[in-house]
Amino acid sequence: MQRRDLLKLIAATTGTMMVGGNALAYEIVPPVPLSDTGFSKEDVSLLNEMGEVIIPKTDTPGAKAANVGETMAVLVADCYTPLLQKTFKAGLQQISRRSKEEFGKDFLLLSKEQKTQLFNALDTEAKAANLANGIPTYIETSKPNRWDPDTDKPTPHYFTLLKQLTLYCFFTSKVGATKVLRYVAIPGYYDGEYPYKEGDKAWAT
Amino acid sequence: MANNDYDAIVVGSGISGGWAAKELTEKGLKVLMLERGKNIEHIKDYKNAHKEDWDYPHRDLATQAMKVDYPVLKRDYPLNEKTYGMWANEKENPYIEDKRFDWYRGYHVGGRSLLWGRQSYRLNREDFEANDKEGIAVDWPIRYEDVAPWYDYVEKHAGISGNRDGLDVLPDGIFQPAMALNCVEKDVAARVKKAFKGTRHIISGRTANMTEAKPEDGRTSCQYRNKCWLGCPFGGYFSTQSSTLPAAMKTGNLTLRPFSIVKEILYDKDRKRATGVEVIDAQTNQTYVFNSKIIFVNASAFNSAWLLMNSATDVWDGGLGSSSGELGHNVMDHHFRVGASATVEGFDDKYTYGRRPSGFYVPRFRNWGSDKRDYLRGFGYQGGASRNGWRKDVAELGVGADLKDALSEPGGWTIGMTAFGEMLPDHANRIYLNKNTTDKWGLPVLAMDVEIKENELKMRKDMQQDAMDMFEAAGLKNIEGWDADYAPGMGIHEMGTARMGRDPKTSVLNGHNQVWDALNVFVTDGACMTSASCVNPSLTYMALTARAAEFAVEELKRGNL
Repeated sequence: MQRRDLLKLIAATTGTMMVGGNALAYEIVPPVPLSDTGFSKEDVSLLNEMGEVIIPKTDTPGAKAANVGETMAVLVADCYTPLLQKTFKAGLQQISRRSKEEFGKDFLLLSKEQKTQLFNALDTEAKAANLANGIPTYIETSKPNRWDPDTDKPTPHYFTLLKQLTLYCFFTSKVGATKVLRYVAIPGYYDGEYPYKEGDKAWAT
Repeated sequence: MANNDYDAIVVGSGISGGWAAKELTEKGLKVLMLERGKNIEHIKDYKNAHKEDWDYPHRDLATQAMKVDYPVLKRDYPLNEKTYGMWANEKENPYIEDKRFDWYRGYHVGGRSLLWGRQSYRLNREDFEANDKEGIAVDWPIRYEDVAPWYDYVEKHAGISGNRDGLDVLPDGIFQPAMALNCVEKDVAARVKKAFKGTRHIISGRTANMTEAKPEDGRTSCQYRNKCWLGCPFGGYFSTQSSTLPAAMKTGNLTLRPFSIVKEILYDKDRKRATGVEVIDAQTNQTYVFNSKIIFVNASAFNSAWLLMNSATDVWDGGLGSSSGELGHNVMDHHFRVGASATVEGFDDKYTYGRRPSGFYVPRFRNWGSDKRDYLRGFGYQGGASRNGWRKDVAELGVGADLKDALSEPGGWTIGMTAFGEMLPDHANRIYLNKNTTDKWGLPVLAMDVEIKENELKMRKDMQQDAMDMFEAAGLKNIEGWDADYAPGMGIHEMGTARMGRDPKTSVLNGHNQVWDALNVFVTDGACMTSASCVNPSLTYMALTARAAEFAVEELKRGNL
């Protein structure tokens, strides 16, 4: 079917004889301004820089191009429990301290190699700490809102939270979904034996 | 005719209410359809239907504030940003959990027809006879043959895609071409069939997603976006809005009134007939009376029972239909959240295109044919195979380009399936009015006292083990069985609270879905089910509603109502 015909069908109205008005159907959750998150523009820049270490620009865009920092700020503010917020924010300070201790500089002034070295070390530490706490490894790629305030589950290492947020915010972004992964808004059909060759990208969803 | 007089009133606008409105208006009756919640107009009000993941401020995640507002919904998957506002407000509409009960309600025009799973299966011959043969609860007053032509009828209009698989356990119907199994599912299906000598089948799911357009109804076929729950701007799946409401509106005989909470059915005890309903306007709190010759109660299983309990209480303490002692009892759901997953080797040069809003189905094989278990009835599986995307775990990678590359490419194939088991009707599983607690409108609320019992618990062991055995027999790897625990209600298939039967002493409804004590009141939603089968029930509600509507109109003409 041609796209034009589809649009015609979409536009087709249904004759309605109605008493009473419409209320808000699917409720639109409004955009969250940064000022409501407790994070500053500088924080967002820092988070973007950190995200870029986890998902760097290669031949495709990285975390900074997707502005993951801003979405991370919103998710931490609204989807995290107070305990996780505390863990996450203390973690950012911890990263700053480690930068100075190990390289004598602020995180933002480290070279790309130094940042990667630091984060790979933190990633190893985080995995060990989580393992000791009985936290599964796949937590990194699961949803950042999985903790409830009344949960009695142990809190993951702060670096795991940073990595999880980066991956989630990046791969659900327009940049991540369409420029790094593949996305087709209206596939139109299903092919259960679609050809694949190594290097082809995954579907975003 | 005065403004408040109609031939028929339909209470509720979900799957069965929409069918009642369509059938009754097409037969020439002037119908008033009452819906307790807001209106949602087809296409126009599907505000999120063209949004992408990145358009949501929280990327579809439930916030902590949403979790506070929806303490029940947050227990499982339905609480998210995309469908926010499409589930009943839990603060305005409380209920009491004597035992944990997860009640997921859609209080708006279309009800849960906008939010359903769309899997559509017929009950089989045995499903209608099992109660009688096994001495469970009461016998269905009807048999498969009574419903079969009505399955045909509703399948044609609703648009069900599926294969004619030729299995007695899962009767074939009038289908559009099926949504295909993918290469891995086909391979596993062939291996399972061979290993179990043709007694276990993996077939294409039969779903109310169309594979052929219905231009005459303004509906396009499924576009494989898998965004059904956002309301489909293509009309690709069956909902009240896409299918039954436009048909009813076309007749010019329908009046739809949103924000109308039906408080009680008005009952004339001398004539033993209902005369109409009393309604509270949910926005203004004003009350109205509407009169009609017949009433179809399609408020969803629990709310239909609530309405009966709240009606004719001057005649029966327990309300209309309570003379049987069964109103609100015999609550059933499908128990699930148990199954298995596995990895599949090979097929590295194959992937999928399109987001299929369905999967495979494994029809019941337990206690079927010569199979005999230490429990009654059985279960089916729903599942699918796919290659993991960016959410796959790559534990050995740290940060940087290697991680990015690894997550940007699909992983290997995995397959999983979840069992849906039949729950036996049990008088002890009940809901009742709790008059000490009221909702926003001062109406008494329901209390839930439901649990799964020995038969279900025994069945769950097979539900997990059989899934593992089938994957094992198919030569799959890393097989993991799981039981994520089930609480009644999670299946969102509430049934049985006003069951059909042959005797007014033991059932609320007769074989035409009439309330024994008020023959012009018909209940045709999940409340009417005498047993649950293990298949998804909505198609049966559609068929029973169309059948009852024809009978109601004939009875009206004969002057019997």
